[in-house]
Amino acid sequence: MAAVDDRRRLEVSDGALIPARDDKAGFSAWRISFFGAIGLLIALPLVSPKPFWEILRFIPDGVLRTFQVTVFSIVFALIIGLFTGLARISRITVVNRMATVYVEVVRGIPLLVQLYYIYYALGQFVRVPRLTAAIIAMSVCYGAYLGEIFRAGIQAVPKGQMEAALALGMSRTQALRRVILPQTFRIILPPVGNEFIALLKDSSLVSILAVADLLRRGREYAARTFEYFEAYTIVALVYLVLTLFFSKLVAIMEERLGAHHRSS
Amino acid sequence: MAHNQAPASDGESVPRIRVQDAHKRFGDVAALRGVSLEVQPGEVVLVIGPSGSGKSTMLRSVNRLETLTSGRIWVDEEEVTARHTDIRRIREEVGMVFQSFNLFPHLTARQNLMLAPSIVKHEPTERTSARAEALLSRVGLADKADAYPDHLSGGQQQRVAIARALAMNPKVMLFDEPTSALDPEMIKEVLDVMLDLAKEGMTMMVVSHEMGFARAAADRVIFMDEGEVVETGPPSSIFESPGHDRTKRFLEHIL
Ligand SMILES: Nc1ncnc2c1ncn2[C@@H]1O[C@H](COP(=O)(O)OP(=O)(O)O)[C@@H](O)[C@H]1O
Ligand SMILES: [Mg+2]
Repeated sequence: MAAVDDRRRLEVSDGALIPARDDKAGFSAWRISFFGAIGLLIALPLVSPKPFWEILRFIPDGVLRTFQVTVFSIVFALIIGLFTGLARISRITVVNRMATVYVEVVRGIPLLVQLYYIYYALGQFVRVPRLTAAIIAMSVCYGAYLGEIFRAGIQAVPKGQMEAALALGMSRTQALRRVILPQTFRIILPPVGNEFIALLKDSSLVSILAVADLLRRGREYAARTFEYFEAYTIVALVYLVLTLFFSKLVAIMEERLGAHHRSS
Repeated sequence: MAHNQAPASDGESVPRIRVQDAHKRFGDVAALRGVSLEVQPGEVVLVIGPSGSGKSTMLRSVNRLETLTSGRIWVDEEEVTARHTDIRRIREEVGMVFQSFNLFPHLTARQNLMLAPSIVKHEPTERTSARAEALLSRVGLADKADAYPDHLSGGQQQRVAIARALAMNPKVMLFDEPTSALDPEMIKEVLDVMLDLAKEGMTMMVVSHEMGFARAAADRVIFMDEGEVVETGPPSSIFESPGHDRTKRFLEHIL
């Protein structure tokens, strides 16, 4: 029962590059990609304004829509994820089982299929707007993944924390809210940041529902002008800049939050 | 509810803690095998015994962090082991200090002391804050009120943990090996705080092998082995003339 801190960091295995301050190689890789992409986004329109500048003026609507889908989805997914994570550690069997089934089902079906399913299949019974369907599908899907992160994050808080809280007379709910979850949030910040970036990238899938996101706008431009190479180059570069920007932001936030009380 | 009352022995005052034939199994392991004991108000009882003898399990059963397989426990008049008992109300009165401190790392020392009184007892912030200050200076850490646990030494953390338990105004304090995770040079500062508490008349049950503390503060020593209370008596008689071979062998081992 020694106070070991090893368990408190969750492994980050895949997803976007989140450079740590002391990770020299990762940090310079981030720099090269980020500033390289920005350099190209500035240089290309300067060198040949004809397609590139026009493309750049055509896609901002799409960027906004991509943001909208991403932000709404991550907010709902976090709420779903929190309750799923709590349900997954619940001692009430029914609740626990339901959450587990939800996680398994959602993780077993490709997001693209889920998008089709919610918009087209369920659309036979209830018609919802494309954008709403897209956000529902993304939230339900990512809620399951975040549920697992919340569960692992809650379980990564040392057992003695709950015991100390209970011994002081707190209820389980009070202990969760005031003692366990605040620590959970700090533990799960890096993996949640990863999910946010993954969601940002996966949001390009909603273009198949004809939601006019970044990818869809690029495609519309290309379809009109047949400048596929130019249009998709810009689309790819914008996605890259966005994901790298947010990965950096996550890294900074993580550092700020950890700075308060880190063991020497 | 008369059957839930602790049977007062011979018209004396009700014991603060009374454990009656406590059994606890973890699967195949019998951690407690019929433990009975009493702790009187104001008494300081030291529990010793080899690792795995059930000391922690016994202590943790008193505030129901563990539930007994069979047997009964009372704190004052109230039966801890009765199902319908509001265990949270008993826990308010029973402070606990752990080997690994278990301070809340996201809160400062002061906030660690204020949290439970404010959300459990709904005390106003001015009150909990003032008491936090007073308790922190009592354990010699007035200047560390705004420090986070990770910026405190082990000895300081344990003193904050004691103060945090005291912030609930408990009638009993349980200590589970409060100094065994500490570097040797920090043990004294923690024992001094416990000694002060003992002098002020706090009822205490302490699992520890600190013989100095035992001689200075303990009214009684309980020796446990293999889930049973082997013998109990004043520190001098247990340490100088133990009545059982098991006690003798154990004491030779740790002295
Ligand atoms: N949560 C648990 N699960 C399984 N076995 C346990 C648990 N807690 C304690 N035990 C076992 O019960 C016995 C008594 O443990 P404990 O009360 O911690 O002893 P002590 O504090 O005297 O070292 C040991 O054999 C220990 O392995
Ligand atoms: Mg123990």
